[in-house]
Amino acid sequence: MHASILPPAYRRDAAAHPPLDSPDYGSTRLRHPLRAPVPLTQTLTELTGPLLGAERVGPLDHDLTRQHDGEPLGERIIVHGRVLEEDGRPVPDTLLEVWQCNSGGRYRHDGDRHPAPLDPNFSGVGRCLTGADGAFRFVTIRPGAYPWGNHHNAWRPAHIHFSLFGRAFTQRLVTQMYFPGDPLFGQDPIFNSVRDPLARERLVAAFDLAETQPEWALAYRWDIVLRGREATPREEDGA
Amino acid sequence: MTPRVTPSQTVRPFFSIGLPWAAGPYVVPEDTPGAIRIGGRVFDGAGEPVPDALVETWQADPDGRFDHPDDPRGRVPGFRGFGRSPTDAAGRWQVVTLKPGPVPAPGGGRQAPHVAVTILGRGLLHRVVTRIYFGDEAEANAADPVLAALGDAERATLIAATAAEGYAIDFHLQGHGETVFFGI
Repeated sequence: MHASILPPAYRRDAAAHPPLDSPDYGSTRLRHPLRAPVPLTQTLTELTGPLLGAERVGPLDHDLTRQHDGEPLGERIIVHGRVLEEDGRPVPDTLLEVWQCNSGGRYRHDGDRHPAPLDPNFSGVGRCLTGADGAFRFVTIRPGAYPWGNHHNAWRPAHIHFSLFGRAFTQRLVTQMYFPGDPLFGQDPIFNSVRDPLARERLVAAFDLAETQPEWALAYRWDIVLRGREATPREEDGA
Repeated sequence: MTPRVTPSQTVRPFFSIGLPWAAGPYVVPEDTPGAIRIGGRVFDGAGEPVPDALVETWQADPDGRFDHPDDPRGRVPGFRGFGRSPTDAAGRWQVVTLKPGPVPAPGGGRQAPHVAVTILGRGLLHRVVTRIYFGDEAEANAADPVLAALGDAERATLIAATAAEGYAIDFHLQGHGETVFFGI
């Protein structure tokens, strides 16, 4: 027997997130659990997590405009920011996965029936690792808005999907980045499933004039914040 | 100003252009000695299969160790520990992996071998988290602190049955036989 130190637990973060039972988004109806989640003390399984790295990232994965012979149609943009924990500590070397529709609002997916054209020069999929300071940067085109069947005349505001792992299973986050001032926010039940207006704002990137590249691309900045850690390590009697 | 957590949003149905990859379901290559399959189906509250979910797994290696710097016993490199399987039209998912060993429990003792699971999908605004335990680990399961806190019917939703070349377990997102989901 020896005493070992468990890494600090991650703070609970449920308040920031949308309720799984969000009736305005119709697909939640048969998919939200009816019972409340059972609280689980974070163990080594939850305090560790997959550290997927360079083997998942190809040389052009960060530039969605250079993955084909020609350039995709649309407004070229730079999307950059940092991945942080709640205490402001950067999350280095962590994998980001992004996916999005093209500038016409169409995903390269067989299930997407929106009668907008596919773009032969755009896959809409990217990956990168954060740097030592938690920074990431993608080059892409601004995605279009598109209609969906949730309610009469429903349109999704333009968005880019983001998937993050952080450092531990507890920090896994999948979310969407939106663009400032989108007139479609008010009628979108997915955006509005986040009840707290201040929390909703954290899903919206900021236009970033300083990072634009003259005569080439506009830029948006979006920082992503994962759950932070509690202050003190816990004692554990290891078996 | 202290940064605040970025809220979750659903993966929606078209995550399959970006998240699955060919080796995703293979925590280890299929021909690895001791490789097992763990799989099953995902169902909604009407008992219909969920064809647009993503099941992710995270687990210790057969010795109960993690390839992770925060494991206080030291990092054991080489075992990815992570599997990712989209569901198919019948709601079916599967990963190929090695059976995990027991992992220390907070406060002492050991947890029964288990796999942590994230389920993402259309209609899920936030992931749901569950665990898979193994039906042929009756003794370890009986001593497991997480399982001990559950009722019999709840516990049964987490225990995979032995099946050809591995283990089978279904996830029920809602209603009859609803899987126990954890708040972590």
